[in-house]
Amino acid sequence: MSVAAAADRPGTAATAARFSPQWIAGRLSGVVLHLAVIGLTVAWMVPTIGILFTSFRPFTAINSSGWWLALSPPFQFTLDNYSKVLSTSNLGHSFFNSFMISIPATIIPVAIAAFAAYAFAWMKFPFRDWIFLAIVGVLAIPLQLSFVPVLSFFVAHGITPSALPPGLQYLPVWLAHTGYGLPFSIYLLANFFRALPSELFESAEIDGAGTLTVFFRIVLPLSVPALASLVIFQFLWIWNDLLVALIYVGGQPEVAPLTVTLANLTNSYGQGYHLLTAAAFFSMFVPLIVFLSLQRYFVRGILAGSVKG
Amino acid sequence: MASVTYDHVTKKFSGETTAVNDLSLQVHDGEFMILVGPSGCGKSTALRMLAGLEDVTDGDIKIGDRVVNEVPARERDIAMVFQSYALYPHMSVYDNMAFGLKMRGTPRSEIEGKVKDAAGILGLEKLLQRKPRQLSGGQRQRVALGRAIVRDPQVFLLDEPLSNLDAALRVETRINLQKLHQRLGSTFIYVTHDQVEAMTMGDRIAVMKEGVLQQVAPPRELYDHPVNMYVAGFIGSPRMNFIPVTLDGKTAKASGFSVEFSSAPGIEKGVLGIRPEDFDEQPREGGPRIDMKVEVVEVLGSDQFVYGKVGGDDVIARVDPQFKVTPGDTMKLGLNMRRLHLFDAETEKALN
Repeated sequence: MSVAAAADRPGTAATAARFSPQWIAGRLSGVVLHLAVIGLTVAWMVPTIGILFTSFRPFTAINSSGWWLALSPPFQFTLDNYSKVLSTSNLGHSFFNSFMISIPATIIPVAIAAFAAYAFAWMKFPFRDWIFLAIVGVLAIPLQLSFVPVLSFFVAHGITPSALPPGLQYLPVWLAHTGYGLPFSIYLLANFFRALPSELFESAEIDGAGTLTVFFRIVLPLSVPALASLVIFQFLWIWNDLLVALIYVGGQPEVAPLTVTLANLTNSYGQGYHLLTAAAFFSMFVPLIVFLSLQRYFVRGILAGSVKG
Repeated sequence: MASVTYDHVTKKFSGETTAVNDLSLQVHDGEFMILVGPSGCGKSTALRMLAGLEDVTDGDIKIGDRVVNEVPARERDIAMVFQSYALYPHMSVYDNMAFGLKMRGTPRSEIEGKVKDAAGILGLEKLLQRKPRQLSGGQRQRVALGRAIVRDPQVFLLDEPLSNLDAALRVETRINLQKLHQRLGSTFIYVTHDQVEAMTMGDRIAVMKEGVLQQVAPPRELYDHPVNMYVAGFIGSPRMNFIPVTLDGKTAKASGFSVEFSSAPGIEKGVLGIRPEDFDEQPREGGPRIDMKVEVVEVLGSDQFVYGKVGGDDVIARVDPQFKVTPGDTMKLGLNMRRLHLFDAETEKALN
């Protein structure tokens, strides 16, 4: 899309005579477009950049001047904030907890959703469309509504961090995130699966493949872009989630994820937000790495060559 | 290899639409059978029922002696080539062709041999490691064929396999398909809307219209003895001239001429069917003579088509390309009486 648009622009500029009104208009609209994009990007980035600089500045400098002054001499940069935050709070352990929560809570719902979406997209069973509609309808219910009933269910059945054996203590958040993530995941994947050409399924069926074989050998390999984007969404949402974690495992430092620990940091350190900036940056690494490493799977045209000539 | 039998097969889609209506058709072992008709005539549905992709509403489908109505597609031992080819886009050509064999648990060494053989027949040896998106349309079509060949199925089903190819490639592939059929000796069932494909490839042709089978016959017979006006008009290009006539005993009177039959057909209103090549630019002594007002002349080198009016009816005649005729002329045409067709105007059925 963007390639085509970019290719169009010099083309239109070239067809109009140099310095003619059309030529100027073409040039101007290009400039305006670029300015708008760059402006938006910068505006979006400023707070992040501010936090980045602040996290490397000593406490005294932060209190006496704005972060942008860090760019002018005298340069005062330090790693103190990072070392302090890593040693004084149990950030390292929260980091581990975040992984222990995010990875299973991403894999479980995506895996379940893939099976469910395949059934919704390509298998015939009674009330299929109504059930699908109900699942999509659940998306409209705010998740806060479910906290009390779900939590009391968990407590009544011993699914709480204190009641579960070590290692399984994350179970409440896994279950919660699975429940909250499923409707959207099913919706997204079912729509993607439905768009796969039906001849592929028919051909595989004639070739002797059963339902599961079709799912694993045809559907999943062709759905890598959809699965990758879903994994990114789900992972980022869980990694950055504070509310669900706070409700289901909050207050238990041994299972609390990064977000909960960060939130506590503000309380216990008061205005000492120089530590908070370092901690926040520390927590941003993982989403960045996940996004950058998976984004190459957003390849379009993966279906090219399957049908038609 | 096996025969295929449709025994009073009907297919209804969700309630009212009848796609195939009481189809009875016997395809012999090793035969190249063509199902032909315009889009929506039920030919593809008939094929898909045989493949197991659609349920049969009524009647029985047999492969060999086995009724397969309830047999799932994967156990019918058939192979199908789709119009869109339906290649697995994430697999190499080799894996596409090997997929069906792998699913059946064929040993790896045997798979390799079979795929190599099929690739050899189709000229795909050098493309085995490519992905479908790196192939041209013709190559993809051959991979789709190869996928069917390696399976060595009882019946080959082909659903308009040539319609996505350009004209030159289509002719070439048509010939290759016939060679392939001779070489394999298997039963082929081939669906197309193209009468040229039907006439050139089929051992027999089944013409369908609105879900109803019209006629099954070898190409020559279908052309010479169509059972009704629909088949007569569908097969042949340019299509047969239909001229309404009123009959009085042995005499059939059209708006511009009349012909005499040897015996009375026994109807009052009929339609005379004359193929363009059955007009003769040099009328024989004693035969009927027809005056045609020429409107358009098309010279194709090997043929010359003359479009014009005979009385009030539009007529197309094929004449010798050397014959000089220009628009505006009035041309004298003879008629090959032995190749005349007469249809009942009401039932549209052929009379002999």
